[in-house]
Amino acid sequence: MFAAFLAALGRPVIGACRSAGNLGLFALEAISHILRPPFYGRQLMRHFIEVAYFSLPVVALTALFTGMVLALQSYTGFARFNAQSAVANVVILSVTRELGPVLAGLMVAGRIGASMAAELGTMRVTDQIDALTTLSTNPMKYLVAPRVLAATLAMPLLVLVADVLGAMGGFLIGTIKLGFVPASYLKTTWDVLETEDVVSGLVKAAVFGFIIALMGCYSGYRSKGGAQGVGLATTSAVVMASILILALDYVVTEAFFAQ
Amino acid sequence: MSETQSSATQSAAPKPARATKLGVKLIGVRKSFGSKTVLDGVNLDVAPNTSMVVLGGSGSGKSVMLKCILGLIEPDEGVIEIGGQDVLKMRPRDRAALMDRMGMLFQNGALFDSLPVWENVCFKLLAQKRITRRAARDKAAEVLAQVGLAASVGDLSPAELSGGMQKRVALARAVAAEPEIVFFDEPTTGLDPIMGAVIDGLIVDCVHQLGATAISITHDMISARRIGQQAAMIHKGRIIWTGDAATLGETGNAMVDQFAHGEREGPITMELRR
Ligand SMILES: Nc1ncnc2c1ncn2[C@@H]1O[C@H](COP(=O)(O)OP(=O)(O)OP(=O)(O)O)[C@@H](O)[C@H]1O
Ligand SMILES: [Mg+2]
Repeated sequence: MFAAFLAALGRPVIGACRSAGNLGLFALEAISHILRPPFYGRQLMRHFIEVAYFSLPVVALTALFTGMVLALQSYTGFARFNAQSAVANVVILSVTRELGPVLAGLMVAGRIGASMAAELGTMRVTDQIDALTTLSTNPMKYLVAPRVLAATLAMPLLVLVADVLGAMGGFLIGTIKLGFVPASYLKTTWDVLETEDVVSGLVKAAVFGFIIALMGCYSGYRSKGGAQGVGLATTSAVVMASILILALDYVVTEAFFAQ
Repeated sequence: MSETQSSATQSAAPKPARATKLGVKLIGVRKSFGSKTVLDGVNLDVAPNTSMVVLGGSGSGKSVMLKCILGLIEPDEGVIEIGGQDVLKMRPRDRAALMDRMGMLFQNGALFDSLPVWENVCFKLLAQKRITRRAARDKAAEVLAQVGLAASVGDLSPAELSGGMQKRVALARAVAAEPEIVFFDEPTTGLDPIMGAVIDGLIVDCVHQLGATAISITHDMISARRIGQQAAMIHKGRIIWTGDAATLGETGNAMVDQFAHGEREGPITMELRR
């Protein structure tokens, strides 16, 4: 009986370790293909545009509204102990360090992670990935490497835009609604902002981009069982990417700011 | 390797310009998915520069067998020799090099739907840098013409094609790079009888003119007799008969003859319920 209990306890743990190991190997293989020729520039370009350009509207709107809400919330909150003047500080630091990368990451995970998983999953169940192998093309190199690299490069760009728009959202609400003087709001923003804040956000963005594409490709690449399998792959890509984004957000923050 | 030198001993009427020396041999190949045994010790010998047709009921493991030969599925047990070399023991790089000399028509086409037809057809030539993108369009038109498709089809996307057209594009893709071993998984299902005959002719040409070794899977007996020199029948995960394709229907093997004539009564009982 005790053995059965142990087995019931151990099975999911072993399963989780195996999945983590497989994912790790997949990631290493993807990286090794990113580094070694042949390179598929055309594919890289296609996915870069898909991630960077076509995600712009979603990310921009998210960032803008987040900045606006942040200004409003911090103003009402800080008003309780007469610290309203800190609104600009709070907005710019939250956006660049935290909310820009995380919210952009989550939005892109929903958009790109899902579409990568669905596309590769469909290719898997319709034998297209096998077909690549018979056509002198390594599917990891042709399908996975360009997607992962494109997302890793594109996310920092998106987050840079998110930073600017988030700050602008705060600025708009701060000056139009809350009565701050535009020049002094901008000056506070500029004074409080340090390179490290932006850089840490961009590093996070690159990590998140890598994770999003990795999870999308991994789930899609290993999907099986027709349309249902592709659906499961898509769901798991988005869920896993979102969880990993939040977890790694902590890890990167810890690495940058824990002293 | 001198593929140009024709040393084949086959008595095929028009001597091929180049004849491959790659034959395929399977010895005791087994493959199970979970508890389900699909291949249960398959033995098959396909001589270089011959055309073999493989018959067998639906779900008998024909497609799995082809995927094992191509290295897309790792068998659990057994030996697969291509050109006399055990491919399962090869280094990945050598195996990939061998794969470069093979072509495959997948049962469902497996066309890349993110690429136009012409790029699908010339995918392998482009991947191996044997052709420029500019020349690929013309080459695609040329190969498409062989499968009875107009050059304008080249600019469509695979999703815009009918099922039979997709099959023919997939066939064009499989042979465009002039492979030495070529696998056709049900090349004529979904085609009208005339187009079926055209495609059969193309497969025969492929073996004769390219000097290739071909393994085709088909359910169509007329087609099997047309394209096959040799035939084999797979049943319950084993090859139960091999022989001359021309004798199909009067082989003397009760199972093969039942299959060839499509009779309900006989030694093969279809398990409709599982
Ligand atoms: N990837 C897989 N995972 C699990 N089972 C599989 C897989 N591929 C094939 N099978 C099983 O193996 C058996 C043989 O499949 P296969 O596709 O080779 O049949 P087939 O002989 O080609 O049939 P058909 O003539 O209908 O195409 C089937 O019962 C199928 O369920
Ligand atoms: Mg099949």
